[in-house]
Amino acid sequence: MPSGVLVFGEATEDAKLNPVTAELIATGTRLGGPVTCAILGSGVEPLAQECIAAGAGKVIVCDDPLLANYQGDAYLPPAEGITREADPAVLLLGQTMIGRDLAPRLAQRLGTAVAMDCVALSMEGDKLLAERPCYGGSARARYTINGSPQMATVRAKSQEPLEADPSRQGEIVKQAAGVDAGAVRTKILERRKEKAEGVRLEDAKVVVSGGRGLGGPEGFKPLEELADVLGGAVGASRAVCDLGWYPVAHQVGLTGKVVTPDLYIAVGISGASQHMAGISSVKNIVAINKDGDASIFKSSRFAVVGDWKDIVPAFTDEARKLKAG
Amino acid sequence: MPHIICLAKQVPDPETPASQFKVDEAAKKVLPVPGIQPVPSQFDTIGVEAALRIKDQVKPCLAMGADEGIHINGPAANGADHWATAEVLAAAIQKVAPFDLIIAGRQAVDWDMGVVGSTIAEILGIPVVTIAKEVKYADGKVTVERVLLDGFETVESPTPCVVTVSNELGEPRYPQLRQIMLAAKKEVKPWTLADLGISAPQNRVNLEALFVPETKVETEFIDGDSPQEKAVKLAQRLREAKLI
Repeated sequence: MPSGVLVFGEATEDAKLNPVTAELIATGTRLGGPVTCAILGSGVEPLAQECIAAGAGKVIVCDDPLLANYQGDAYLPPAEGITREADPAVLLLGQTMIGRDLAPRLAQRLGTAVAMDCVALSMEGDKLLAERPCYGGSARARYTINGSPQMATVRAKSQEPLEADPSRQGEIVKQAAGVDAGAVRTKILERRKEKAEGVRLEDAKVVVSGGRGLGGPEGFKPLEELADVLGGAVGASRAVCDLGWYPVAHQVGLTGKVVTPDLYIAVGISGASQHMAGISSVKNIVAINKDGDASIFKSSRFAVVGDWKDIVPAFTDEARKLKAG
Repeated sequence: MPHIICLAKQVPDPETPASQFKVDEAAKKVLPVPGIQPVPSQFDTIGVEAALRIKDQVKPCLAMGADEGIHINGPAANGADHWATAEVLAAAIQKVAPFDLIIAGRQAVDWDMGVVGSTIAEILGIPVVTIAKEVKYADGKVTVERVLLDGFETVESPTPCVVTVSNELGEPRYPQLRQIMLAAKKEVKPWTLADLGISAPQNRVNLEALFVPETKVETEFIDGDSPQEKAVKLAQRLREAKLI
């Protein structure tokens, strides 16, 4: 009889615990637990205690140099083995670069299904109710899953983590990856970082974002200046990234990053649902737009109708004064 | 010339104004908007573009468009879920085989689930590389640039394989009138599940509810006689709200 919740934790590129892991563990706890956290990667063993502090009762560590950079072919055999052994009722992954790729393939190997990019999860009896945005964020769909385990990937920052308790006790089990390098059909030839300067978008308390209304790539200069004054980061809509006005690493939205700053200033962004999907948990949105009917105003706490070219520089000056004074 | 299969889905136009986007909660369906035609899911046309670029690279003169179309009737209308769809497509692909490459959009822009391409690869037992911004084919291998959170990676895969493409690949080419006329003459084969020799696969998920989420935000419009005045007021209001 399948029981409990298994979550797949993740390390970041600089070998820290990806915050989504604690969010998954907390979600698993709220779904009734007990929560087992499996963490796959290279050099991830030191992260096990942190998973226990975050609420996991048991941590399965699968540490292997072959798992250093994610490749589906390398991760799938241990992921499948761990899941079959644990036989959980519910299996959760983060909607991350890894989860997006791994979850559908793992679901197929396990003969079950996965609800992707969920923002709300609950149990009704032993059925998982998985709620997720669709139609670019215009609608929400709620699913149940016929197979076992009932799988979901969870959108980063959609769930609150528990307060970390370093004194919490738990079991740590090491497991061999059991991957034969020859079974990995794909090969990573190169990895490059697109250098994002200053504050990381995902961590920023303030994000200043630009859209097509900026009129051209030069429009981002004043936004960078404003972000600098406010100690924030610069974001961009998908439209302008596709146009090559700003680097893709700054893209906010359904196919970009999900951000949760205290303050989000949207300049020349109309508010396409695909963009709004990236800021759905932001409480304080400021919209600056020439078009008084722009749909972003409906989700904004503060709205200014006017030409950003006049408003942004004057706003930056005033903000600088207020910060200094 | 590699044999490339592109997968495409028809969806309600995602540019439909939000004010006209309506859901029939009882039927759990999005209501079609009169006068707005359904369109191919955007990531799928990008997939066709990726395939045409490979053709351009291999034989420039032949790069005029896709050569053949197949439309599988039935299961989508009957509420096939993502997994049933993947099984039907995998059966169709096996009927079309041999092939070198399957290209699909990273997700359909209606349900945004993003599982069909990977599931097909698993059913067929072939490698898959997801979320590509560039796909090249040479010597029986594909080289794919993948989009990562903070950069890119180049992945090589043997063929046959599945590649799913993302918007970073670039805009799909706009078909010229001559191509549209040529395409009208090309036969789109209507296949049924019987043609594929399969029965309707079981759904693995149940759609329990579909609704438009409520957003309740009270918007404060900042007024002023000049843009400068509005800007100053905005900064002061944000200061009062302790946001800057």
